[in-house]
Amino acid sequence: MLTDDFDPLKGKMFQVLDKDGNVNKGLEPKIESDKLIAAYKTMVLTRIADEKAVRLQRQGRLGAYPPSRGQEASQVGPALALDKEDWVVWAFRELGALLHRGVPLWKLFLYWMGNEEGSKFDGNVHITPSAVPVGSQVPHASGIAYAARYKDERSVVLCYFGDGGTSEGDFHEGLNFAGVFKLPVVFLCQNNQYAISVPRRQQTAAPTIAQKAVAYGFPGIQVDGNDVLALYVAAKEAVERARKGEGPTLIESFTYRMGDHTTSDDATRYRKTEEIAYWTERDPIPRFKKYLMAKRLWDENKEKGWQEEATRSVEEDVKRAESHKPPTLADVFAFTFAQMPDDLKEQLETLRKDLEGPKEG
Amino acid sequence: MTVMNMVQAINLALKEEMERDKNVVVLGEDVGMDGGVFRVTEGLFERFGKTRMIDTPLAESSIVGVAIGMAMNGLRPVAEVQFMGFIYPAFNQIVSHAARMRNRSRGSLSVPLVIRTPYGAGVKALEHHSESTEAVFCHIPGLKVVVPSTPLEAKGLLKSAIRDPDPVIFLEPTRSYRLLKEEVPEGEYLVPLGVARKVTEGKDVTIVGWGGMMPLIQTAVENLEKKGISPEVLDMRTLSPMDYPSIIASVKKTGRAVVVHEAPKNCGLGGEIAARIGEKALLSLQAPVERVTAPDITVPLPKGESYYYISPDRIQRAVKRVLSF
Repeated sequence: MLTDDFDPLKGKMFQVLDKDGNVNKGLEPKIESDKLIAAYKTMVLTRIADEKAVRLQRQGRLGAYPPSRGQEASQVGPALALDKEDWVVWAFRELGALLHRGVPLWKLFLYWMGNEEGSKFDGNVHITPSAVPVGSQVPHASGIAYAARYKDERSVVLCYFGDGGTSEGDFHEGLNFAGVFKLPVVFLCQNNQYAISVPRRQQTAAPTIAQKAVAYGFPGIQVDGNDVLALYVAAKEAVERARKGEGPTLIESFTYRMGDHTTSDDATRYRKTEEIAYWTERDPIPRFKKYLMAKRLWDENKEKGWQEEATRSVEEDVKRAESHKPPTLADVFAFTFAQMPDDLKEQLETLRKDLEGPKEG
Repeated sequence: MTVMNMVQAINLALKEEMERDKNVVVLGEDVGMDGGVFRVTEGLFERFGKTRMIDTPLAESSIVGVAIGMAMNGLRPVAEVQFMGFIYPAFNQIVSHAARMRNRSRGSLSVPLVIRTPYGAGVKALEHHSESTEAVFCHIPGLKVVVPSTPLEAKGLLKSAIRDPDPVIFLEPTRSYRLLKEEVPEGEYLVPLGVARKVTEGKDVTIVGWGGMMPLIQTAVENLEKKGISPEVLDMRTLSPMDYPSIIASVKKTGRAVVVHEAPKNCGLGGEIAARIGEKALLSLQAPVERVTAPDITVPLPKGESYYYISPDRIQRAVKRVLSF
């Protein structure tokens, strides 16, 4: 088992592609070419969409936004291991995972533009809304997994959270519960080295986050978080174990947030440019591109074509999100309960009269 | 019809709902093998097994958080928090997720969850075992708060709460668990949420209460009636959304109101009820609305509890004050 070979307690980190995109042949997964290309395209699309979101925020067209730059492999890689019926429970910096799962980008723009409809994922997509209170989504993953097993479904839950989230009580409680009941969950920590300004070493004295799994009685593994193949391989093994009823796994994706925490943050206040340079050399996208080019699955022509196509489609999504009609007054009341209580109806009508009546001046 | 206490009535409601709907599961500390520290879930573990009567790790945030996940994925969890004083670690889950999932997802996900918890003082309990912080939960949009006062009420309200599509905080008055017995029918007996119950018809004053206060109000009413005073008594049953129209209609008739709650006064529901009466029945009022509440202090330990806990005598005095205003 991978988690035995790469024991976090022995300081091992799992990697398939080195920083220059050279593949470790012994560990290279067999993935169909189409799937590899689709993964790469999603990562590039994620970066283009992410950069667009930051620009939209600067132009006042989108609210505070948490950039994904640098974490595309960390987001997309684990999701590659899922089947259609599986669940994704996420925090708020998982754009790539959601795009891979087929969430329309315009919906995500709509959410960050400030409309709850952006969190309404149509159809049976098995994706929760974002969870902004850090770490609080972790127990949900365990509950969703419990229900799936109870209903005899084969779904597995992939639960994302950050390094900061591992300090929260809900991280402990969610993993503990999943361990006790051997639930089909893959816990995926995107350790991007910072919780806003606080560095990873100040979240825990443990040398790795992966080793925390030991205390919960299930395997953990630290993976190069900028290596999409390694993340896929580790997640695949974890998903298979979960599906067979062998319980949860904790994967620490060792990555780096190249942008600010959110558009309201200024990361230059707490980290050095040398550090950014170090991680720029380990950027997950060029690394994966080199691998695909070496396999003759990709070339600069295709790159140019996809960059243009993705940029165009992102612009379409922006247009669609911006032209989406804002909620009505009734809309903001309508989903508090399945059926609106009389008192709330009265409050709605009173407010309507106040808002629509002549101004007091 | 069987004569039973509230513990047995809640047990019956759980059993029937679990038989009716296989998606109803119960989770919490000691709810399974032990049958609950108050024996509310006694016998259900044997009947429904460990996958439906789930003994959880001792962690309230995950009891509620896991239940939220279950509810989002099609189950109908009934989570037990052993005492209301221990619900606070789960507060974030309740407020940030259970209460607003429907709204956040524009109705694509919902949390049909019941959180049962014993509440209230008057049983000479340990520290943190006498809390009555219902107002805290009533302040949160998207939550329903239900408080039964008798065995019959408990059965009908719990069954409705379990079938409700939205999260319900179900507060069980510890003091009333075994205080009185009454006939409780088996099978479909449902009490709708959001509708108050007129316990006593009267004309002189409206007394508003719920849960563990109802037996005390009953004693006060018997004493008042002996003196020729005719109180009208409302058991609110659901505290959010509250049945204000029933209160307003009654106060318009009686012209006077006394609200009784064992929770502290400041920002207690008595204040909200008084304000609503002011908004809708000001010109019917013959006296200011009286509140009989606990003072704004921490619930004293048993040696000091008698200072704190509401007595029928205090209710009678309040009635006298509004009558002689």
